Amino acid sequence: MLSRFCTLAFASLFIVLIGCAGVSAEEKSIVVASTTSTQDSGLFGYLLPIFKEKTGIEVKVVAQGTGQALDTARRGDADVVFVHAKAQEEKFLAEGFAEKRFDVMYNDFVLIGPKDDPAGIKGKDIETALRAIAAKAAPFVSRGDRSGTHVAELALWKGAGVDLAAAKGSWYREIGQGMGAALNTAGAMGAYVLSDRGTWISFKNKGDLAIVVEGDKRLFNQYGVMLVNPQKFPHVKKELGQAFVDWLISKEGQAAIANYKIEGQQLFFPDAFGGS
Amino acid sequence: MRAPTSDLPLVFDEVSLEVGSTRLVDRVNLVIAPGAPTLIVGPNGAGKTSLLKLCMGLVAASSGRITWGGRVDRAPARRAIVFQRPVMLRRTVAANVQFALAQASAPRGRRHLRTLALLDRVGLADLASRPARRLSSGEQQRLALARALARDPELLLLDEPTANLDPAATRAVEEIVLQAAQSGIKIVMATHDLGQVRRLAGDVIFLVRGRVCERRLMIDFFDNPLMPETAAFLRGDLVI
Amino acid sequence: MADHLSAWQLIVGGDAALFAIVRLSLLVSLSAVALAALFGMPLGALLALTRFPGRPVLVVLLNALMGLPPVVVGLAVYLLLSRSGPLGELGILFTPSAMVIAQTILIVPIIAALTRQTVEDLWREYRDELTAMDVGPLGRMATLLWDARFSLITALLAGFGRAAAEVGAVMIVGGNIDGFTRTMTTAIALETSKGDLPLAMGLGLILVAIVIAINAALWGTRLWADRQAG
Repeated sequence: MLSRFCTLAFASLFIVLIGCAGVSAEEKSIVVASTTSTQDSGLFGYLLPIFKEKTGIEVKVVAQGTGQALDTARRGDADVVFVHAKAQEEKFLAEGFAEKRFDVMYNDFVLIGPKDDPAGIKGKDIETALRAIAAKAAPFVSRGDRSGTHVAELALWKGAGVDLAAAKGSWYREIGQGMGAALNTAGAMGAYVLSDRGTWISFKNKGDLAIVVEGDKRLFNQYGVMLVNPQKFPHVKKELGQAFVDWLISKEGQAAIANYKIEGQQLFFPDAFGGS
Repeated sequence: MRAPTSDLPLVFDEVSLEVGSTRLVDRVNLVIAPGAPTLIVGPNGAGKTSLLKLCMGLVAASSGRITWGGRVDRAPARRAIVFQRPVMLRRTVAANVQFALAQASAPRGRRHLRTLALLDRVGLADLASRPARRLSSGEQQRLALARALARDPELLLLDEPTANLDPAATRAVEEIVLQAAQSGIKIVMATHDLGQVRRLAGDVIFLVRGRVCERRLMIDFFDNPLMPETAAFLRGDLVI
Repeated sequence: MADHLSAWQLIVGGDAALFAIVRLSLLVSLSAVALAALFGMPLGALLALTRFPGRPVLVVLLNALMGLPPVVVGLAVYLLLSRSGPLGELGILFTPSAMVIAQTILIVPIIAALTRQTVEDLWREYRDELTAMDVGPLGRMATLLWDARFSLITALLAGFGRAAAEVGAVMIVGGNIDGFTRTMTTAIALETSKGDLPLAMGLGLILVAIVIAINAALWGTRLWADRQAG
């Protein structure tokens, strides 16, 4: 009798499982590979319900670093990519994995550090600040994960003329994780870290950290969106994905982006002008 | 369907059983043919259990030849065995018997009826839906008998089935064994209990250190033992 | 999920997102246990009852695979199910089905190895009886598995514990998609990385409470059934 019960239990589990898989395949949905900063800042939590209300399309966001998101798309595992590392995006475009790229919005990076500012860089411009950190060998946490933030950070070090190769492992610490993890680590170590403003504002474990450098125009962070090329991957949901792209750069989508605020602060500034 | 083969006569031809460096059964020659029950007696360690396992075909002889009805193939056709401490399957009494019936390829439609009949025969009909592991030792032994009889055996082997039972339970088991013998089943049973030998035996095999010391009709075994060891054993003086 | 509420408030308030996450975690891990039992138990029983050259190597290997790192399994399954991979056509990457597959692979060795040990021990006890009753190989496996059912529950619990606790495999093959493939463990990882440590801890305690409850329920079932079946 128990064996009959068990068989029944297993059978029903199977049916439920297959049911789940079946349902997911039929509903209107797309997979968007994006960055942890857009997720962690809560932007998607705000935008996607608006988009679903309008179009009935379920957007499934897989949040990874920019490099990983682009690789996911290169494998054909996403319909749309939405990241913030223009150089990497253009390489993606050149490789033929997308046909067009659109600017969507920008936010800025901020340099975060301990409140007592051991490197004494508060209020300076970004390149001076980074040089001071290197000179004083103050601990610095890097995401080290080929994300948009990481790529931007490396470009800033290069612009400041600092050679990181020697510093790796001593005061320059690469953790290979997302923005939240980097902030946690910096807080724990009393280190400096480059973050996007959106993640910083919504980060809940600020502890002893504060913004030390901001506003420098070199800290500008551009986001772009691309539909994965259906010629390369015929299974890509072309119409639904294009609908999402179109909405993001439409007046409505851009207004929604501008409307997203945390603690009264706008995080992202829409700037879609058309394809590049 | 069951093959219409027979397991009798069961013939041992210079059979020995060795485990490691110990010889448990030593050059035994014997013939088991249909008839009255054969009881096997002997001191502890004489090899009674090993001999029965060889008869059943559970172990292979190290040397010599065993044939069942002329066949050398060990697959049990129409024989069954009841162990001293039978293992009860973790299910009800009735389910245990049904299991044995299924394994003996009894026709599916008849199994339920045959289960009831077998349980009745061993006096366990009232306990049919009790979990088998919760029976007393005497009841478990009777269930083991029911399982063995489910195989419709011509040859029924029993290894000291009443060694752990009280007199009442012992009598119950002996009654079932006698009835089985009367219905034509050849009984081969190992025992410690000389009273049991008197009550049940047609003939007796006396084993010492794995050798057949003597094989006699029951009367002659007690009244006229041939070997000094036999006499010593009957007096209770046998020291190995 | 509401950012500023504590985990307790979410439970009491019946937060829909929280319940969805708990439901998904249970669905994925319990399905994985069911599937792993389906494959692993017969495999363990087979290994216990057969002898063939190289068997000791296989036994050792199976025991070693109990410690398979979840993230490695996740990566391997990801490469299999990716659109660029051999099974891409199925299109089940980033869905709960992929998560179930990954967890099943993860816990089959546990269930198989523990089953093998249990069945091997029981066979020693049952060998003579089952041989005397002329039980064939499949019959032996079925009889031993059924008679060992209470000990095997422990194997299932061990498998469930491993599945419910892991985050590496489901994160990689599921993608931690909000409302779709987010489980308790991936939610905890996410909230931690967002810095909301109290919420993450709260979720963690809920997860532990659920696992304890399931263990207790199964243990209770075993005690009751033991009394019934003797």
